[in-house]
Amino acid sequence: MIGPYYRPQLTSMMSITHRATGVLLALAGAPLLLWWIIAVSRGAVELTALYSCLGSLPGKIISLALLFSLCFHFCNGIRHLIWDTGRMLKIEHAYRAGWTVLAAAVIGTVLLAGALL
Amino acid sequence: MSEMRNPLARARGLGSSKSGLPHWRSQRITAVALLLLIPWLVWSLLQLAGTGHVQAVSFVADPLNATLLILLLMCMLYHAMLGLQVIIEDYIHHHGLSLVLLFAIRIAAAAGVITAVIHVLKLVLGA
Repeated sequence: MIGPYYRPQLTSMMSITHRATGVLLALAGAPLLLWWIIAVSRGAVELTALYSCLGSLPGKIISLALLFSLCFHFCNGIRHLIWDTGRMLKIEHAYRAGWTVLAAAVIGTVLLAGALL
Repeated sequence: MSEMRNPLARARGLGSSKSGLPHWRSQRITAVALLLLIPWLVWSLLQLAGTGHVQAVSFVADPLNATLLILLLMCMLYHAMLGLQVIIEDYIHHHGLSLVLLFAIRIAAAAGVITAVIHVLKLVLGA
C-alpha cells in the first residue's frame, strides 16, 4: 500500500502503527511482564538479573519502545472503541482524535520513561 | 406458496465473515477490561520503581494484587492472541504456515496464562 503512488495520511499511518505496536506488545511486552513475574517468584538473583538487563543500553531502548507502544496502543484503542459505538467517524473528528491520541501517547511515554527508566 | 422460513434462517451464514462476531466481541471485551487493568499495573509499577525483591514479592503475594495480575494476564494474552490472529490471517497467505502460526499463538497464550497462574499462586501461598 505504501509506495511512490501513496500519500501518507494520519488515519492510515495510525492504523498501521496500531497493528505494529500491538505486535510489539504481544511479542515483547507480555513476555516481559511474564518474565518479571517468574523472576519475582524465583528469587532476588533472578530479579536483579532482569533489572540489569533492562538497565543496559539495548534494554533501555527496548523498554522505551515498549512504553511508547503501550501508551500509543492504549490511547488509540480508546479511539477505536469510540468509533465502534458509531461516534467520531467524520473525517475531521477522526483527525482531531488522532492528533490528540498522538500527543497523549508522546506525553505519556515521556512521563513514564522519566519515572521508570 | 407463502414463505414459511424465518427471515433470520435465510440470512444466517450469508455474510462474508461467517464466524467473525465472537472474535470481534471478545477483542472489545478484553480491550475494555485492559482499559482498567493497564492503568492499575502502571500505577503499581510506579510504586515499585527503585525497590527490590522484597517489595515485589509482597506486592504479588497480596491476594487482591494477585487476582488483578492474573486477570490482567488472561485479558492481555487473549487480546494479544486475537490481534495476532487477525494479522496472520491478513498477511500470511501460505495456508500451511498460517495454520501452524494460528496454532502456535493459541498454545503460547495458554502456556503464558498457566505460567502466570502457577508463579503468582506460589507467591500467594508462600511456597
